[in-house]
Formats: sequence, C-alpha cells, structure tokens
Amino acid sequence: MTLDQWLADAKADAERRGVEGLPALLETLAAATAALRAADWNDVADGPSPVDEESA
Amino acid sequence: MSDVLDQTIADLGPQVARGSVKAEALVERCLERVAARNPSLNAFITVTADEALAAARQADAEIAAGRHRGALHGMPVSLKDLIDQAGTPTTAGSRVRRDHRADRDATVTTRLRDAGAALIGKTNLHEFAFGTTTEDSGFGLARHPIDPARSPGGSSGGSAIAVRTGMSLASVGTDTGGSIRIPAAACGVVGLKACHGEISADRVVPLSRQLDHVGPLARSVTDAWLMYEAMRGEPRRCGEQLEGVPVRGLRLGLLRAYAFDRIDADVEASVLEAVERLRRAGAEIDEVRLPHAPDIAAIYLHLVLSDAAAYHTPTLDSRPGDYTPNVRLRLEMGRYVMAEDYVRAGLGKRVIRREVEAALDGRHGLLLPTLAIPAPPLGAATVRITQGDEPVRTAMLRLTQIFNLSGHPAISLPCDPTPAGLPVGLQIAGRRDGTLALLRLARTVESVIAHA
Repeated sequence: MTLDQWLADAKADAERRGVEGLPALLETLAAATAALRAADWNDVADGPSPVDEESA
Repeated sequence: MSDVLDQTIADLGPQVARGSVKAEALVERCLERVAARNPSLNAFITVTADEALAAARQADAEIAAGRHRGALHGMPVSLKDLIDQAGTPTTAGSRVRRDHRADRDATVTTRLRDAGAALIGKTNLHEFAFGTTTEDSGFGLARHPIDPARSPGGSSGGSAIAVRTGMSLASVGTDTGGSIRIPAAACGVVGLKACHGEISADRVVPLSRQLDHVGPLARSVTDAWLMYEAMRGEPRRCGEQLEGVPVRGLRLGLLRAYAFDRIDADVEASVLEAVERLRRAGAEIDEVRLPHAPDIAAIYLHLVLSDAAAYHTPTLDSRPGDYTPNVRLRLEMGRYVMAEDYVRAGLGKRVIRREVEAALDGRHGLLLPTLAIPAPPLGAATVRITQGDEPVRTAMLRLTQIFNLSGHPAISLPCDPTPAGLPVGLQIAGRRDGTLALLRLARTVESVIAHA
C-alpha cells in the first residue's frame, strides 16, 4: 500500500470512529513513516540476522 | 550540621547506622516536607505514611539490635506510580486504573524493602509514562520545584521533584525514551538508565517492553549507585564508596553533530563548559558521529506507538474517556502503524545500536546534553531554541531516546544551571553491559565538573 493511500484510509477511519484530533496526528505519523521508508538500511534485506547480532 | 533533608543517602547512612540520626525521624522530616510542598507541586499520587513510619521504626529497632542491612536501611524512598507496591493502587497516572490495588510487590519493590528502604509513596507521572512533561496526568499536572510555571519533565516528573525537594531521598523511575533522565536533568538531580533488562521490570506497567528500563533518581552519582545495586538485589554495605576512575587517560567521545544541532544556547554553553573542565582535568575528548541519528525519532515513534497501542487496545475501546485527551490520541495513533513499518523500525533500532557501539569503540563513554532545552513552561506546545521553534516533545526526547533504542546504559547529572537558574543535565553513555563502569566514570565527571 502506498503511504498516500494508507493516510487517506487511516484519516477516513479515524473520522468514522469520531476520534477528534486524530486525523491531524496521522499526518505527523505519515511524515515519520516516509522518513523510515526512505532509510538506506531498508536496501540491505540480507544484512546480519538479529540472532547473529545478539551473540556478537 | 546541615539539614538532614539536604544530605545524600551516602552521607546519612553512617549516621543512621550509628543511631545519631533515627530512621523514624528521617521519615517524619520527609513527610513534613511532603505536607509542606506537595499541595503545590503535586509530586505524589499516594503517600504511604503509615507504612513508611512502620518500616523506619523496624529499621531503628534492627539497627539497635545490631542487625544493619546496608546503605539503604531506614532511608525514605519513593516509587513512580507505575510500579507495584503491595496494598496500594498502581494508577500509572491514569483514571483508567483508579480502582487498581496491587496484590503484591514488583521485584524492585521487594528488593528495596529487603535492603531496608522505607517506602514513602507513589509519585506522579505523565499518564502511562507516555509523555515528557507530567502535564497529562489523571491526577493533575506536576510543577517544577524551582519555577512552578514550568514542567518538571517526565514522565517520572514526580520522582524528580521528590528527590530535589527532600520529599524522599531517592526514587525509582522508568525510562522508555528518557523518562528518568529527562526529569532528572530538568530538576537538577541524577538519573540512571542501566542496560536494557538489567533491572527487573516485573510488575511495572509497560509502555514498550523492548524499550522500557527501570532505574533510580538520586541526589548524587553515589546514591544512584546504591539504589542501582539494591534494585539488582546486591545491596551495598553502609559506608562503601563508589570509586571514580582517574581522569587522566579517560577517552570520551563528544556527540557534537546531532546533539548540538537543535539546542538552547544556555544549555549548549553549560554542557560545553562541563566538557572543557573535563579536558582541562586531563580527559581526552574527540568528536564522534552517529550517521543515522536523524532517523532516530522515526524509528522510536513506530516502535513505541505500536507497542503501547497493543497493550492499551482493550481499555481504549472500553474506557476511552478515562484517558487524558493527548495520551489517548497518541495511543490511537499507534493503532494505525503498518506491520511493515514496525519491521523497518526494528531494523533501524539495530542500526542505531551498531552505530553507538562503533562510537564507543576505544572510548570510555560518550558525552552529550540530556535535554536540549531547560524545563519548558507548562502548556507550551513549542519552545524557542537557537535554530527556531521546536515542538516540546521533540526537543525533550531528541537526545535520550538514542540509548533506549541501543540499550546502552546512560546517566544524567547536573552541570552548571542556566543564567536564569534552571538546571541543565550532562548525559554520559557507557558501554553495553558496563553500567558499573559508567557509574564510576560518572562519579569522576561529577567531581570534576563541580569545580570551575
């Protein structure tokens, strides 16, 4: 799902549930999610496994 | 002799052990201080006066009979109201839990009782530890002990107020993104976050189990050490000293980039003055970088929102009106995080851990401010820093959440206050599994920066 589609769906759901103030906060979350998705570590899907790291 | 409430546990321990200061009198003085200052500061949600006095009398009797339990014996200590103390409510600062009553102690509570501490009460907090100012509490906001128009920081705000004002000599807080270190810095006391998992979080209301830490707020590094050891189940003997390390030969890394990018000018000056005093005393200090530091806030947000939402889902649905509005909205926000982004955040957390490890390679510790700003005014949504306006929550979490993600131990200790007299905290992070080494380093730093 694209971030734009997710945001539109999430805001519509928050409005349907009547949680006042939540749609504006979801904009903030969307900005953070965009930053997270742009991070370069996502490009390395075959990086060290968490188990290997814990035992290092 | 100075007022007993101006002294540390390390100072008072030998006096209580000799019987020249009675534990009962010490607890009575703390209760008098609570009566005098708590109505305006709102540091405590529950005061367990009878229980504390009974523990103090028992301590005096045991000491008179030659059975001294150690450095905390008879010492008045408070608990953040997120931690179970048998027979009292654990409200977590929320009306959602107003009917709760703990049927037994948390592990840390038991350990403090075993060490002889007199548990004086449960301190106020930002609701469910989900905030940095202690303004959103179901039991009313807490106020800064020096300037009541300001926040004491949070979420362990009541604990920091109690320690600063002598309502208790030490306190137990929790730290998921900085909630021990932030109020410690804002109120001018010492706050320690040990390594992740080192101190039990059993029967402590969670915010995010992967980021939650339990730890002490205290009046000195030595007192923080005494509390830390007792909370681990290794109480120290009365009169035992925390030995510092030689300042010559210390190698420290200054996180100049990122940590000083968005900061209040007075905080920057105070922290850099502390760094300069360490240099003049013989420490070698160079600059270090965390290449992915700009991603920290996004990583943290996705993890803490999701973990908190998972815990709160039943009561968000059944009792939404019992939450404070701001905390309820943040919890609701967490219900919309997508699984794939939670996984990305988990990967990012490991990246930050590796980068903190790399920054510590060949160094004894990292230096940075604890808080980028002094204690903010109550009600403020943004604060003015050198680089412009900054959201209060962003400014307060920016420099502490690093080490919740990485799991490294970190401590905040007071350095010079701002010209307006507001406290400033210097943060030191140590090597993984090296909390005791961090405390010894902090003991040295505390001594060096106290002298201009």
